[in-house]
Amino acid sequence: MSLADLTIAEAGKQLRSGQATSVDLLEAVIERASFTEAQLHCYLTIDHEGARKAAESADRELAAGTDRGPLHGIPLALKDNFCTRGMTTTCSSQILAGYVPPYDATVVSRLRSGGAVIVGKTNLDEFAMGSSTENSAFGPTRNPWDPERVPGGSSGGSAAAVAVGSALGGFGSDTGGSIRQPASLCGVVGFKPTYGLVSRYGLVAFASSLDQIGPLARNVGDALTLFEAVAGHDPLDSTSYPGPVPEMRSDLEAGPKGIRVGVVTELSGEGYEPAVSTAMAEMLNRLAADGAELVEVSLPTFELALSCYYLIAPAEASANLARFDGVRYGLRVDGETVEEMMARTRAEGFGPEVIRRILLGTYSLSAGYYDAFYGQANRLRTKLIREIAEVHERVDVLVSPTSPTVAFELGAKTQDPLAMYLSDVCTIPADLAGTPAISVPVGLDHQGLPIGLQVMAPALGEAVMFRMARAVEERAGFTARPAMAGLPT
Amino acid sequence: MPIEIDIAHVARLARLALTPDELDRYRSQLAVILDHAARVQAVDTTGLAPTAHPLGLSNVFRPDEVRPPLDVDEVLSQAPSARDGYFEVPPALEGA
Amino acid sequence: MSTWEPVIGIEVHVELGTASKMFCGCPVVFGDQPNTAVCPTCLGLPGALPVTNGTAIEWLARIGLALHCRIAPFSVFHRKNYFYADVPKNYQISQFDLPVCVDGWLDVTADGEEIRVGIERAHMEEDTGKSLHQGSGGRIHAATSTLLDFNRSGVPLVEIVSRPDLRSAAQARAYAQDLRALVAELGVSDARMEEGSIRFDANVSVRPVSTKELGTKVEIKNMNSFRSLERAIGSEIDRQIGVLEDGGAVIQETRHWDEEVGATKGMRTKEGSSDYRYFTEPDLVPLEMPASTVERIRTDLPELPADRRHRFGQLGLDSHLVNVLSGSDPDLRRVFDEAVALGADPVISANWITGEVTAVFRRAEASKAEVRIRGSDLAELVMMVKQGTLSSSAAKEALSGVMAGEGSPREVAEARDLVQVSDEGLIGAAIDQVLAANAEAIERLRGGEEKVLGFLVGQVMRATGGKADPKLVNALLRQRIT
Ligand SMILES: [Mg+2]
Ligand SMILES: [Zn+2]
Repeated sequence: MSLADLTIAEAGKQLRSGQATSVDLLEAVIERASFTEAQLHCYLTIDHEGARKAAESADRELAAGTDRGPLHGIPLALKDNFCTRGMTTTCSSQILAGYVPPYDATVVSRLRSGGAVIVGKTNLDEFAMGSSTENSAFGPTRNPWDPERVPGGSSGGSAAAVAVGSALGGFGSDTGGSIRQPASLCGVVGFKPTYGLVSRYGLVAFASSLDQIGPLARNVGDALTLFEAVAGHDPLDSTSYPGPVPEMRSDLEAGPKGIRVGVVTELSGEGYEPAVSTAMAEMLNRLAADGAELVEVSLPTFELALSCYYLIAPAEASANLARFDGVRYGLRVDGETVEEMMARTRAEGFGPEVIRRILLGTYSLSAGYYDAFYGQANRLRTKLIREIAEVHERVDVLVSPTSPTVAFELGAKTQDPLAMYLSDVCTIPADLAGTPAISVPVGLDHQGLPIGLQVMAPALGEAVMFRMARAVEERAGFTARPAMAGLPT
Repeated sequence: MPIEIDIAHVARLARLALTPDELDRYRSQLAVILDHAARVQAVDTTGLAPTAHPLGLSNVFRPDEVRPPLDVDEVLSQAPSARDGYFEVPPALEGA
Repeated sequence: MSTWEPVIGIEVHVELGTASKMFCGCPVVFGDQPNTAVCPTCLGLPGALPVTNGTAIEWLARIGLALHCRIAPFSVFHRKNYFYADVPKNYQISQFDLPVCVDGWLDVTADGEEIRVGIERAHMEEDTGKSLHQGSGGRIHAATSTLLDFNRSGVPLVEIVSRPDLRSAAQARAYAQDLRALVAELGVSDARMEEGSIRFDANVSVRPVSTKELGTKVEIKNMNSFRSLERAIGSEIDRQIGVLEDGGAVIQETRHWDEEVGATKGMRTKEGSSDYRYFTEPDLVPLEMPASTVERIRTDLPELPADRRHRFGQLGLDSHLVNVLSGSDPDLRRVFDEAVALGADPVISANWITGEVTAVFRRAEASKAEVRIRGSDLAELVMMVKQGTLSSSAAKEALSGVMAGEGSPREVAEARDLVQVSDEGLIGAAIDQVLAANAEAIERLRGGEEKVLGFLVGQVMRATGGKADPKLVNALLRQRIT
């Protein structure tokens, strides 16, 4: 077995026992990437030089007795919408091709000071808009379990890299499911925290009121470790939660006994692949057998969550992406006047999905439509938040499939935006509500494609969510790896 | 209700120089999406305030303290065009 | 002209003089090298976020309270979306339907008449960067371009919107001047028109006298002094009346004041820019201002110009003196207040402050000399004149000694031998002497020749070496003769 297939916890043990160095770990994941990248295209940038320096420095420090914690010396992959000083940050867009930020995102500086080794920047749907990583100006990422299929998105690059072993862990951003859905489709754990627990400073904004950074990992324990390294208040983000990060470790192994599990009626039925529904039902049975209390719950506003999302997210995006105008950075397409220059730059620099959402958001904010669309969606959001708070008086966690389907084939939904948007129907409610949610792999379908189960909890309810996720993981016993990960090293 | 979209106006507001063909295509795609999204209008939301922050935060302030600015050369190194320490753009159509 | 009534409202933008910008830690500077006071936030870099400057919000509330506004217990920031090269994010963080300050007023005196100007709102926003338009006859080369400096981007800007309560260019000017004075008094801004730290735009329309309906309004920009503000509004009023009297219609538009031509001129309109697509700024959280905070800020307000004028009036100062004293140096006004508090006559004290004291100050300023005077000095000076201890000319000399640091008025008067003799015994003796030597003159005075009295007074003054109190000499002489 290659070092590239270790979990973060195992790798940390090897580093501290002297069995492996950080440079060894880095070489293992880069070697893995050298086999897989040509086909999968997880990375937009691999920072060979910077990563090597960071790994060497981590080794020196550890040898000298300086231990920066559980991510010390661990090679990680970051989605290419995190600003990294001195390393290109493109958001998979032509409009930012070659852009080098002059500052690090808060998450990036916390990872650096935690001793992590940043291998490189991973592919995404342009500006995180999409559910398949096909909307990348630099070509799609493919699913390690079946390269004819999508890895999900928008954090498809990080999810696939973690699945295949070209990083030991990774980070993505989740606005409508962009961490959990690719985690589900790639057979890894993906976690979206309570809104405000991780700083958004330096994350290139898609929809500010929804965006949240979170980890992708091979197991629940690693996801927790990655989360702990970046969580906590940041004075540079006004929306950052000022209180303490919940304590999540003491009950992690406490099991499902006594946990009241709400099974969401609205997230089942038509459109859900039988294998997905079956995998969930089997897991629920096992949890019940071990003492979890299952409760059918109905959250009627979940039915409207997707519509709300497609009014709120594009509206915020239309303003967030207005700054890409060819004036201060990025692409410029010349024009006679500054107005013409901006309009040409934006039309050529943005891909079709981004343009579609900018137009959609601009429309729903414009005079005469605001109240019926954007305004109404934001009031409905309040209704949804209340509905979730009420249901949590009766249940501790909510469960659902993460995605109604397993990984679909490349191109299957690119011509039908609405069908693509429906991929996120299970993940969007937690984004709108700002509540934590995690996807845990529970098995493979008959084609050998991974299936994920989603566990949602009330705001700041990370402790019970992780406890439940761990219980699911233990019962699923999911140890399968994509065939590509087993390539000779 | 059928959704009316003046797509050329929307594109102008969004500063996107799109061709007539592109405008047509986006208009029909937007119509489908908005038709679906219009379902939100069926719900009575009177008395509900719009969500400002999921956790209900308010009054987040920064002390009035100066932090060091960025290095001007690093900033301008990313500019498509710069001159004498300024960013440079084509002239504005509108008056000053 | 008299058949038309102008209706004018003023929008004011005030740059606050905080140390750092509205949403980032960059310094608020004026006239630095371009793009040297910028960071990811005020440059609109991808991923950057705003964090509200708490001091700026307090200062906005100060301005609002000074304008008698209600401070909203709950308010939010909005994004105002429009593409402009010097607006780095292509939206401006501003406030829309929930501003911090609403429904206030400012009393203004114009043409001797006091009017109450309604304040619709005062809200917080961020300033834009600056564009330098290189003209086609460009100084640098023939190709035209625009240069952008973002040092000003993100400077805290308070926008104050008046109701359309002004009815003449002179009233508009008075409002602008009083508002500027108010802002300066609050210590929240330089409020310098030349540097653009306070900027005025006017909305002008006209309507037939005694109608209620508003005419089409025109926004005027680019007025760089109070004088140009008054001229621009006057010229625009005349233009609109001309258009209407020729049977034309006023077009709603923005017009620029051209100082050299002395007229406003229309700008090409921004296509589609009127739809700002305001929505709540999701990167910021709401502002909540509890009543206790509002009261604390209210208690900390300094005396406001209008209140001070009112107080001066109640002290018995006429409107001219109120005006001059109000416009005096704040340090001198403080000397006045102290003297009055010590019992000095307000009108006499005000005359000293606005007259001789100011004159000495100006001279000292020119020669960079240090001058000093305390309220107790002024009170003593006024008292000595009243008691006759100092003649008015001696008092002026005593004052210049005081301000040169030679001591209190009494000390200076004694040192410089300026004190008048008011001792009736001493003066009486001198009178007796003079009367004895001028029997003939006494006869003429008794015969009705009044001017002889002046001669006798002069003789007594001479006998006392000029130090006798002339009023007292006069009175005593009459007593003896009649
Ligand atoms: Mg304004
Ligand atoms: Zn700044």
